Amino acid sequence: MAGKPKDEILHDHNHDGIDRRGFLKCMAWAGTGALCIMQGGVLKSYSLSALSGLKEQHTKGEFSFVQISDSHMGFNKPANTDVAATLKAAIDKINALPAPPSFMLHTGDITHLAKPEEFDACEQLLKGASAKDVFYVPGEHDVLGDDGKQYLERYGKNAKGAGWYSFEQKGVHFIGLVNVVNLKAGGLGNLGKEQLEWMEQDVKHLSKSTPIVVFAHIPLWSVYPEWGWGTDDSAQALSYLKKFGSVTVLNGHIHQTMQKVEGNVTFHTAASTAFPQPKPGSAPSPGPMKVPAEQLRSVLGIRDVNYVPGKHALGVTDSTLE
Amino acid sequence: MKGTILRLGFAGLVIVALMMAGRASSSGATAADEKPATEIKIDNFSFSPNAITVPVGSTVRWTNHDDVPHNVVNEDKSVKSKTMDTDENFSYTFTKPGTYTYYCSIHPRMTGKIVVQ
Repeated sequence: MAGKPKDEILHDHNHDGIDRRGFLKCMAWAGTGALCIMQGGVLKSYSLSALSGLKEQHTKGEFSFVQISDSHMGFNKPANTDVAATLKAAIDKINALPAPPSFMLHTGDITHLAKPEEFDACEQLLKGASAKDVFYVPGEHDVLGDDGKQYLERYGKNAKGAGWYSFEQKGVHFIGLVNVVNLKAGGLGNLGKEQLEWMEQDVKHLSKSTPIVVFAHIPLWSVYPEWGWGTDDSAQALSYLKKFGSVTVLNGHIHQTMQKVEGNVTFHTAASTAFPQPKPGSAPSPGPMKVPAEQLRSVLGIRDVNYVPGKHALGVTDSTLE
Repeated sequence: MKGTILRLGFAGLVIVALMMAGRASSSGATAADEKPATEIKIDNFSFSPNAITVPVGSTVRWTNHDDVPHNVVNEDKSVKSKTMDTDENFSYTFTKPGTYTYYCSIHPRMTGKIVVQ
């Protein structure tokens, strides 16, 4: 262990289930941001404070993309009375990256109440980003009142069902899933039979060396079911990905960064650009968390993902808006 | 005699008038005595009280005190609220007896029950 950088976490991919210690340590970083690099089946995480020297090296990939999440346009409660300003700060952060990202993923809760003007406001701000293409999946707030009709009209033209789709980018296969519609009483996020069947067919023809990135709003792993932070039928979806050597799952919804490794799959949740939510079980409910104004931008953020071909790995960097 | 008939006729009219007044005042009394809605608070992602029993004809009113939107939907969707943002409410009058289990379709872990009898 000598020479191991301080704050580095090694996850053993052969280890079954949650590495509790590593998991908790990652949680302790929630809001401060973390860099994750997966190499040869081992995930290395560094706190952002230990980033100097590393960042340059890992931004030199074949391509990179940015994940933003939970912009909640229209939210105006004390936890953040100006979500447009913090989304703008996120875009400034994206535009300041050493290499412009190829595109952006927005993992849902674009809006707070699915109002047309809220969607418009987000689109308008994102036009100012260096990455022009945005790939969306809906959050539960984006499908309020109309079961996602408006969302589909705006973003689902080339999508199936409630808005799921896949695309290729330089050899990486991206799958956008929808787990926020037709939710059952007492249940969690839900993908549904039709979407699962589509997904099974979608990945069938791919070679096992194809890197896979799955993105959806609600976590596809059981973060904290007591607060609805999980997806009922995610195990079925993940079973279709067993043959692949590198699977990265990107989610939003819980407004804080977390990571977990299980077998060939690395799970990440992203920070919100709007307001933080409490750590699992640390509050009576997962409602918006008020932090002192001067601390707000330290608990919001963006994620930069860097792909280096042949490395079996995606380098994931979480940055706060400070 | 004539006077007596007139008096009887008048008495009859008075009785009819009184009966009508009685009807009017009785329906007026119903409106005045109408029970206020039974309140259910939505707080910290839960319905409180979580399970209640009310007589047929009762009105139940849900008010959202959270900083995030919620709704109320029952199993067969016969009770379905609009999305309630902070401090908004939804009222429903239960005219049929039965057990109504409902949830927030945005946060499906939130469930509640109303027994109407």
